[in-house]
Amino acid sequence: MTGPLLDIRDLVTEFRTEAGLLRAVKGVDLTIARGETLALVGESGSGKSVTSLSAMRLIPDRVGRIAGGEILFQGRDGRVRDLAQLDQRAMSDLRGSEIAMIFQEPMTSLNPAHRIGAQIAEAARLHEGLSAKAARARAIEMLRLVEIPEPERRAEAYPHQLSGGMRQRVMIASALVCNPSLLIADEPTTALDSTVQLQILVLLKRLQEEFRMGILFITHNLGVVAEIADRVAVMYGGRIVEDAPVDRILEAPRHPYTKGLLGSVPRTDHAARASGQRERLVQIPGSMVDPLRPPPGCDFEPRCAWSGPACRAAVPPLEATGPEGHARCIRWKEIA
Amino acid sequence: MSFSFLIRRILGAIPLLFGISLVLFTIIHLAPGGPLDVYADNPSVSPEALEQIREAFGLDRPVPVQYVLWLRSMLVGDWGLSIRTGRPVLDEILTRLGPTMQLGGISMLLSFLVAVPLGIISAARRGSRTDSTVTLAAFAGISLPVFWSALLLQLVFSVWLGWLPSAGMKSIGDGSVSDRLLHLILPVTVLSLATIASWSRYIRSGMVDVLSQDYIRTAYAKGRREGSVILRHALRNAMIPAVTVIAIDFVTIISGAVITETVFAWPGIGRLFVESMNGRDYPMLMGLMMMGSVGVVAANIIADIVYATLDPRIRHG
Repeated sequence: MTGPLLDIRDLVTEFRTEAGLLRAVKGVDLTIARGETLALVGESGSGKSVTSLSAMRLIPDRVGRIAGGEILFQGRDGRVRDLAQLDQRAMSDLRGSEIAMIFQEPMTSLNPAHRIGAQIAEAARLHEGLSAKAARARAIEMLRLVEIPEPERRAEAYPHQLSGGMRQRVMIASALVCNPSLLIADEPTTALDSTVQLQILVLLKRLQEEFRMGILFITHNLGVVAEIADRVAVMYGGRIVEDAPVDRILEAPRHPYTKGLLGSVPRTDHAARASGQRERLVQIPGSMVDPLRPPPGCDFEPRCAWSGPACRAAVPPLEATGPEGHARCIRWKEIA
Repeated sequence: MSFSFLIRRILGAIPLLFGISLVLFTIIHLAPGGPLDVYADNPSVSPEALEQIREAFGLDRPVPVQYVLWLRSMLVGDWGLSIRTGRPVLDEILTRLGPTMQLGGISMLLSFLVAVPLGIISAARRGSRTDSTVTLAAFAGISLPVFWSALLLQLVFSVWLGWLPSAGMKSIGDGSVSDRLLHLILPVTVLSLATIASWSRYIRSGMVDVLSQDYIRTAYAKGRREGSVILRHALRNAMIPAVTVIAIDFVTIISGAVITETVFAWPGIGRLFVESMNGRDYPMLMGLMMMGSVGVVAANIIADIVYATLDPRIRHG
């Protein structure tokens, strides 16, 4: 099979609010290849979660809608379908089988009234018509895969009897039970202790190699990005402001916002400590753009140290910054 | 929740019921008048005869002594004699329990079968026209006084249209199943309307709450469709807040739908209560009210058991 696994083109998602339609995603382009991890990075309110929920078609009609663009997904049969146009029935056939999702809060994302084993095997029973007995065996196999000790006993447990890290492992097991080709992970480690975070990331990486999944990994944590991503897309105010391979983004950000994000991460590596330089953390001044009153030009302009009159005139286009990178900044060449 | 917890709950109910009996006994004796006032203006009952009845029922003793006497016989299973009819209280109650169970049971079942789907639809389509209609109807149902809706239905279906009997359990000289069913329609409707209205609200709010939970989104992400998300993932968790209300309402109705039974001349517990209240029939009133109290306490314990069945966190916690 050729072509990208997921190809999102010019996605626009709107929410219904009392103040009128709110445009949370304003024309996002993303591609993910098989076996590749794309990290989607941004602050709360940047539209990164909405992008992922749009791709899953998990935004209820009552709340909002996909107002434009295409979400092209290449299925197992090789057919490319536009998820934005799919009816709910066809979409639910893909969800849980070919596209799976894990969420930020392992504490609340599992049903408190159902046993762990049943929740893990649920998608397999649904999509593969597994019998109760086969489902139990599969659940235990999955628990073993995500390295939970005593899988036979854990399968009978209820979520409240497990720790946060365990529950996220259970979420991963339940997402991967049908061997999906695309995994959307919406801040899966944010709610966990940092030691547990790392374990989960290592687990995800191992499973990705085993299953050859594409992963859309949503996070605001650049440490996590360095750990797991192949490529990075940075979102701000509902738009992609920069994308590039992970090393390039971390070493030479081209967008002031990306640079700001990197500046607000404490460096704890040996190089920084050995050199005796304790770099000051740099804060990005101001706060996230108000989605109901976006500025006329660049969304980041009000908070930007490089801003000039031209930045206020129009939304800057996404310019190529190299063979594989793009930045939405008219002065990207000056930023190094 | 363990067996020992259950035993503890049941043992804990005993002092509670003693307290309740004391309060009830005090209250009914505080009510003005007494059981013998009916005879006061009757010239054929002499003052001497009245005095005799008073002594026979122990009404000449001080109230605390009367309470102790009542309690002592109650503990050995003697509910006493009705002052009004002279028949054993327990016999009278048991005769009336059948019709009440029939009316109440059918109403409860109907209410449950209607209220649950209504609540679910309302919650799943919240903000829609269906939801607004159900909500409006529910508030109307809660607000309408039972005696008014009962009289209105009687007027329309019995008086104007003549389709349904207006009162009683059966026609004199009939009593076939269809005749009894016809007599049930109006009282069951009246009794159910208010319960459906209130239960559907509880179920709607429980459902709205549950549908916004993260695990519901997880269920959709696994590929479940709306119907099965609601039935398999939401309903069980959404029923938990409604359980207590349903259990208590059930007891309230079983221990006598006073107004409905009175309007429809239904020979049940509710009417027995009104009659006994008018006659200040102390032993009968105490019997009826204690039965209701035991019912409420039992309903609470049953609700706890149901909680534990629905929610593993309570079972293991």
